[in-house]
Amino acid sequence: MSVREVVVVDSGVANLGSVMAALARLDAPARLSTDPAVLRAAQRVILPGVGAAAPAMARLRERGLDAVIPTLTCPVLGICLGMQLLFEHTDEAGVDCLGVVPGRLRRFEEARCGRVPHMGWNRLEVLRDDPLVRGFGAQAYAYFVHSYHAEVGPHTLATCDYGGPFAAVVQHRNFFGAQFHPERSAAVGATLIRNFLGP
Amino acid sequence: MLTRRIIPCLDVRDGQVVKGVRFRDHVVMGGIEELALRYRDAGADELVFYDITASPEGRSADVAWVERLARHLDIPFCVAGGIRSVEQARRTLAAGADKISINSPALERPELIDELSTEFGVQCIVVGVDSSGPEGDWRVHQYTGDPSRSRELARPTLDWVAEAQRRGAGEIVLNCMGSDGVRRGYDIAQLKAVRAICRVPLIASGGAGAPEHFRDVFVEADVDGALAASVFHAGTISVPDLKQYLRAEGIAIRP
Repeated sequence: MSVREVVVVDSGVANLGSVMAALARLDAPARLSTDPAVLRAAQRVILPGVGAAAPAMARLRERGLDAVIPTLTCPVLGICLGMQLLFEHTDEAGVDCLGVVPGRLRRFEEARCGRVPHMGWNRLEVLRDDPLVRGFGAQAYAYFVHSYHAEVGPHTLATCDYGGPFAAVVQHRNFFGAQFHPERSAAVGATLIRNFLGP
Repeated sequence: MLTRRIIPCLDVRDGQVVKGVRFRDHVVMGGIEELALRYRDAGADELVFYDITASPEGRSADVAWVERLARHLDIPFCVAGGIRSVEQARRTLAAGADKISINSPALERPELIDELSTEFGVQCIVVGVDSSGPEGDWRVHQYTGDPSRSRELARPTLDWVAEAQRRGAGEIVLNCMGSDGVRRGYDIAQLKAVRAICRVPLIASGGAGAPEHFRDVFVEADVDGALAASVFHAGTISVPDLKQYLRAEGIAIRP
């Protein structure tokens, strides 16, 4: 098969349509599913997400996907809240997440960052030469909307600055995450998704 | 560093983009997707689509054009107009809008802000505030889309902005009506006063006529974004030229 089908986890969140549209713009065949068998057979899986962590984790648990996603062996990309759910824990309502990427999410402090949520276009700084973040160019701006963030650590591929650096793109084993919205980040977003889909 | 946003606003009526002066005498400007993509290519950071027929007629935005936009557009966009229930909001967000903006319906029933932010998260709930008045005594206006129903409320603007945030607004768009459509600059005094009590992103609207007006509103009122319509649509200011000017003025702007 020359073109890989992407399975987008049908997590019932509001940006599902936008993620599917972004894949369509790149001519990537995609389908929505919550079926564990479909996810296991997939060559690429995307976990989208906006909104609150607790209901999002609850929806994954209802479908048993909290047990399935950590065992996937194909490349998995979490977007925004989907990336946050890959971590161990978020301070947002004290929710335990999927635990595939070490670390926890903390809230931006208004005293240090100014306005929360962090909303708008901000600059990415690539730390590590990884295929996922190649071709961003020197002036890479991406669109962010979030109130919680992951600290920069060994799994950080790219950082962003909002009252201090935080992890904007992460990778651990076959799990990848983008804190920004690639589906709404113009050329930079398309580049990230294309990189994730692979040659 | 988080950049300041340049946000063209497009008025939509019956599936087409229209323009009018002071909410009257609308002229068709073109198709929604065509104009949206033109602004995307020009470097707009975000777009707002305001269904100007929706709210006064008591119906919510038709979602077919929202779906078409979401398919083609790869920058964030917000849909405003007539959303007055969780279900209507769900349809618009499910169609692909990144944010929804509510104005008159939130004044009718402020609990709507709580319901929407609880259901969808504060990040996609924008509260639009139409406001005017003598300096220091600004009041909220309702139904400004319909000249026959438009009215000033007794509610002070600053009180309403504070309440909207308490109830879960993730962003405030302050439309200063006195300066709207006349291109003499944003109402800096009013925006500064609102900025002082606004902990969420604040977008300035109404009055842009020259590149300096954008600089002034970013520098003096510290707003997160500046919205404008007529200067962009008429070609008086081009988005790329404006962004280049603002960068040269030392303002954080996405290239």
